[in-house]
Amino acid sequence: MASEAVTKGQAGPWADEQIELLERMLLIRHAEARLAQTAKDVGLPGGVHLSIGQEASAVGVCSCLDVDDWMTSTHRGHGHFLAKGGEVDSMFAEIWGKSSGICKGMGGSMHVADFSRGIIGANGIVGGGLAIATGAALAAQLDGKGRAAVCFFGDGAANQGVFMESMNVSSIWKLPTIFVCENNGLSEFTVSSTVTAGKLSDRARAFGMPVEVVDGNDVRAVRSAAKAAVERCRRGEGPSYIETVTYRIHGHLEAEDLILAGGSYRTAAEIDAWRAEDRDPVSRFRALLAEEGICGADRFAELDQRAKEKVDAAVTFAEAGEPADTKLVFELMFVEPKA
Amino acid sequence: MTRKRYTQAINEALHEEMGRDPKTILFGEDVALAVFGDTRGLLDRFGPDRVRNTPICEATIAGMAVGAAAAGYRVIIHMLFSNFIYTGFDAIANQMAKLRLMTGGQIDLPITVLAVYGGGASQAAQHSDSNHPVLMNLGGIDVLVPATPGDAKGMLKTAIRNNRPSFFLQASGLGAVGGDVPDGEHLVPLGKASVAREGRDVTLVNVGSMIRATQNAAKKLAEAGIEAEIVDVRSLVPLDETTIVESVQRTGRLVVIDEARDMCSAASQIAAVVADKGFSALRAPIRRVTVNNVSMPYAPNAEAAIFPNADDIVRAATALCQPEVAAA
Repeated sequence: MASEAVTKGQAGPWADEQIELLERMLLIRHAEARLAQTAKDVGLPGGVHLSIGQEASAVGVCSCLDVDDWMTSTHRGHGHFLAKGGEVDSMFAEIWGKSSGICKGMGGSMHVADFSRGIIGANGIVGGGLAIATGAALAAQLDGKGRAAVCFFGDGAANQGVFMESMNVSSIWKLPTIFVCENNGLSEFTVSSTVTAGKLSDRARAFGMPVEVVDGNDVRAVRSAAKAAVERCRRGEGPSYIETVTYRIHGHLEAEDLILAGGSYRTAAEIDAWRAEDRDPVSRFRALLAEEGICGADRFAELDQRAKEKVDAAVTFAEAGEPADTKLVFELMFVEPKA
Repeated sequence: MTRKRYTQAINEALHEEMGRDPKTILFGEDVALAVFGDTRGLLDRFGPDRVRNTPICEATIAGMAVGAAAAGYRVIIHMLFSNFIYTGFDAIANQMAKLRLMTGGQIDLPITVLAVYGGGASQAAQHSDSNHPVLMNLGGIDVLVPATPGDAKGMLKTAIRNNRPSFFLQASGLGAVGGDVPDGEHLVPLGKASVAREGRDVTLVNVGSMIRATQNAAKKLAEAGIEAEIVDVRSLVPLDETTIVESVQRTGRLVVIDEARDMCSAASQIAAVVADKGFSALRAPIRRVTVNNVSMPYAPNAEAAIFPNADDIVRAATALCQPEVAAA
């Protein structure tokens, strides 16, 4: 079978695009691996929820978006933030609780946001972004410039009532909302299948919108589904639902072992199966690009190194930052400090 | 100055502010037909893009307000009865109240939430709450409880126009009440209480819906030789502590009248502020005339028994003034 690369070319714009997808995934992977290490070694101020293993979903979707398309994310939002063009420096400074953070240290890991890039933000409430994205989609529709509003959420959030509400409103008003359900099979510390009736995608079908269930660890499959959904938004044809079937390798949060005190909701074998080279989204895409002659071992080593260096620089930036300004809390909430 | 009903004043404010800024949009349940009369005529005038009937889905209505405001619109939503705030509460308490802080001030959220509160009409427990204390405790959200048509119009216009999230709470019992409304552009600053009646003996601080009971009480007290000063609080967040404390410094006595349940009511907060900042002026304990910690019953006689009234206020104020009244 002729590989896609043969028709699309081993060099040129299409190949460059593939390299960009890989680079973005590598940046997310290295950034989050570093967060895990730092949390373990010296600790980070708050809870850290990592998306290692889910990078293809974030990158595949966000690679189809323009800077002024809107995006809401989840508590597991570092990947979405970086995929939509957020800076790793200011994200790390935020997680370190510094004034130089993208939210000046007021939000932290669960609330990274960058409105200059359409990143409405991560959200500490499971399902918290669904209605907000729908509101941004309403704004986009009123603006009439063809913007889309992407809402990332998990299979856990799909059991929140607001999921049905926001799909209903998006559908009746033909809003440019793209519901991206990152189905990792886990609802915090509970296996989703034990708390979920029917198929999630059927819920979206019931509201009359196009539904695509894709291999969420295949960045091209995700990208192709997202592209169709974005084009639909641009044409004013209304919302879409994309389900990216994936898996999170790390715990619900980094302190998980401590919290669960020996308890477990999954087996080591299950994690290993998803971690395998032919299943992990980053190594899979790396192997594919090698096979297609787009990215050989040397090129890959170079990209990998560059991503690591960016992450090192981000740690330096974060550590060097000034502590957050306490006065800002009052200013931002319109309150006079108590005398 | 023209005499208008409270609901009419609100309706005018909405018309004027939507006419003023084309990025102002309004949505909510039954806003097209305007079940309370406040949104009447807006759909016809501004069209279905800017004025939308939503499904019955408070969680999404409130969440969409946050999203649309974050994306550059000036948003007004109608929650109908303030009890329905509870079904939309994540978007209010976790998103609307906190997003500006959490994003380090990257955005403003110009959102005004309309809701009708309070009992007195046998609407029973789920349509009668005065739940402003719940909102006051969130931080980051203005809580407005105008008691007169003039204030309703002027405060709503200010709230819509500023960039802060605010709850504009309409007292259910005041909708048909008339009052003077200044003609032309009329803006009332938020966080300023008004002295609605001057008096030397006792301060009656009114919270929103209790204004008529408070005024009636002041009349009855005057007949008994007690001159009450009425401070109409108008806005709970921000709270005008200065006007309240200064009044108590003049009178030495305080009764706070609030239709909320007593526990952590607005009255409790006002009492705490005066105990803290006006203690030396107090000549008697502070009294709160509030609703007991119960839900509002349906039966008219039972509701009337629970609902604070002028006699409750008179009793509380008279007791505080007793030694001097006796001495006079």
